[in-house]
Amino acid sequence: MSKILVFCEFNNGLIKKGALELLSIAKNSGAEVMSAIIGKGAQDMAQQSAHYGAAKSFVLESDDFSNYNSESYTHVMADIIQQSGAEIVLASSSMLAKDLFPRVAVKTNSAVANDCHELEISGGNVTVRRALYAGKCTAQVDFKTSGPKIILMRANQLPVNDADTALSSEVVVITAPQIDLKTLIKEIVKGTSEKLDLTEANIIVSGGRGLKDKDSYYSLLEPLADTLGATLGASRAIVDSGWCTHGMQVGQTGKTVAPTLYIACGISGAIQHIAGLTGSKVIVAINKDPDAPIFKKSTYGIVGDVFDVVPKLTEEFKNIL
Amino acid sequence: MNIYVCIKQVPDTESKIKLNSDASFIDTAAVKWVMNPYDENAVEEAIKLKTSQEGSKVTIISVGPKKRTTEALRTALAMGADDAILVDGPDYLAPNLTAKALAKTIEQEGKTDNTQIFTGKLAIDFNNSSVSQMLAEHLNLPHATVVSKFETTGAETTVQREVEGGSFEVIQLKGSNVVAANKGLNTPRYASLPGIMKAKKKPLKEINLSDLGISEEDGALSYSAFQLPAEKPPVQMIDGEAPAQAKELVSLLRNSAKVI
Repeated sequence: MSKILVFCEFNNGLIKKGALELLSIAKNSGAEVMSAIIGKGAQDMAQQSAHYGAAKSFVLESDDFSNYNSESYTHVMADIIQQSGAEIVLASSSMLAKDLFPRVAVKTNSAVANDCHELEISGGNVTVRRALYAGKCTAQVDFKTSGPKIILMRANQLPVNDADTALSSEVVVITAPQIDLKTLIKEIVKGTSEKLDLTEANIIVSGGRGLKDKDSYYSLLEPLADTLGATLGASRAIVDSGWCTHGMQVGQTGKTVAPTLYIACGISGAIQHIAGLTGSKVIVAINKDPDAPIFKKSTYGIVGDVFDVVPKLTEEFKNIL
Repeated sequence: MNIYVCIKQVPDTESKIKLNSDASFIDTAAVKWVMNPYDENAVEEAIKLKTSQEGSKVTIISVGPKKRTTEALRTALAMGADDAILVDGPDYLAPNLTAKALAKTIEQEGKTDNTQIFTGKLAIDFNNSSVSQMLAEHLNLPHATVVSKFETTGAETTVQREVEGGSFEVIQLKGSNVVAANKGLNTPRYASLPGIMKAKKKPLKEINLSDLGISEEDGALSYSAFQLPAEKPPVQMIDGEAPAQAKELVSLLRNSAKVI
């Protein structure tokens, strides 16, 4: 039986959806599933991971680990991987995981593939595909390593099993390593938004030049995004103009996203923007120009003024949600 | 201070990607090659740091095919770097291989104390965002990725980096370190005409992967069965006036696409 270790990030007392998806696919494959949980509150998360299939949980419960530190997390994660004997390590492709696992890969003689969008596990075999050139093409990932295969999956790609609260997990307590850290976290400046990051968002409302200025970007799109519980995104043009921060940019030089629903408002659809959103399941485009390239890549298109259409759309969604 | 900038040459963002005949890689002939956009921010930060730290030298390193990668190195030299090292390598570069090659090159150049290393936060071709962290691990140095503010005294480096959901963290790195630049870090300068002329005379050393004791097996990860994205079914346009269009769209999203 193959051994799969799932790294579970959690927030507000809940394991994040991306990790639940991975626990579910690992369990459904018939593998021996283990979870790795680090941080303040980790202890409570172990049984939650059990409900989705983890039979064993490696847990580091420590106040010192409530904030991510690349050095200490690398030590702990490499230690857990070695102790677990896992052949496959799965994690949601979050900003934290993308920072952490390349370092862990070097330490454990393994390789890492991030932002994967297709994952199949059967027997001890794993088939993975990921997007290259920000989605302009995809390819199968072939691991040629003696160490474990580390696979970071995009969130929202896989189903989550129903929780089975009868299941429980054997907890292995991990102690914090004594290392002289060269990395210190001085301050965390919380963003204004408590929403999911673009890379994890299930719905994205995105805007471009067609919104005229910064004020109308926010006054038109924020109510729509709030109604849908969506995260706000932006085109390169308006990030360059300073309406939005770089963290909000979708595209080849911004973030590659894979939501269930992407609503593009007043975005013409430059090739580098389109490249970042091809992983979206349903794309809606609203644009004045019937020849805008975005329409060719969309599921539904509305030729119209965003200033007329978006408020009506917000109203309609409010009626049903 | 020894300042290194690790850069990669990638297809321009406007490039259309085509596959080769057996779908084992992209058609590299159909591509316009440029310096990776985030690496331009890394080069700019290095040049800024050099001017504030007397006696510093900026060395650019790139792993890639000699016949094209030289151009990216000359661009960085024209921006103001002092010298460059080309590690001749294949078209496909696995992150493990690149990181190891960069680490060995930097080690060969001398000690790693009083050293600042910059990279871009990711290369826009394979989007791995892995090389800077792997390089740091090989050299046993601290790292910071997605960096939008950078300050250093040499002994202590303070950076601001983007974390999830639009939040930022301020972290401090002790001693030599690896920093991966994000877009907002600075505005990269254009190479001036005199800069371009001077760059032609600046030293550019060439080495091979085998000189570093590196073989293709160090890659540890490769790709096969390339595919272009499936053609989407044609767009369904929704006609009428705004209120009717909005109503129709919401109904389609709920009843037909079932995403709401």
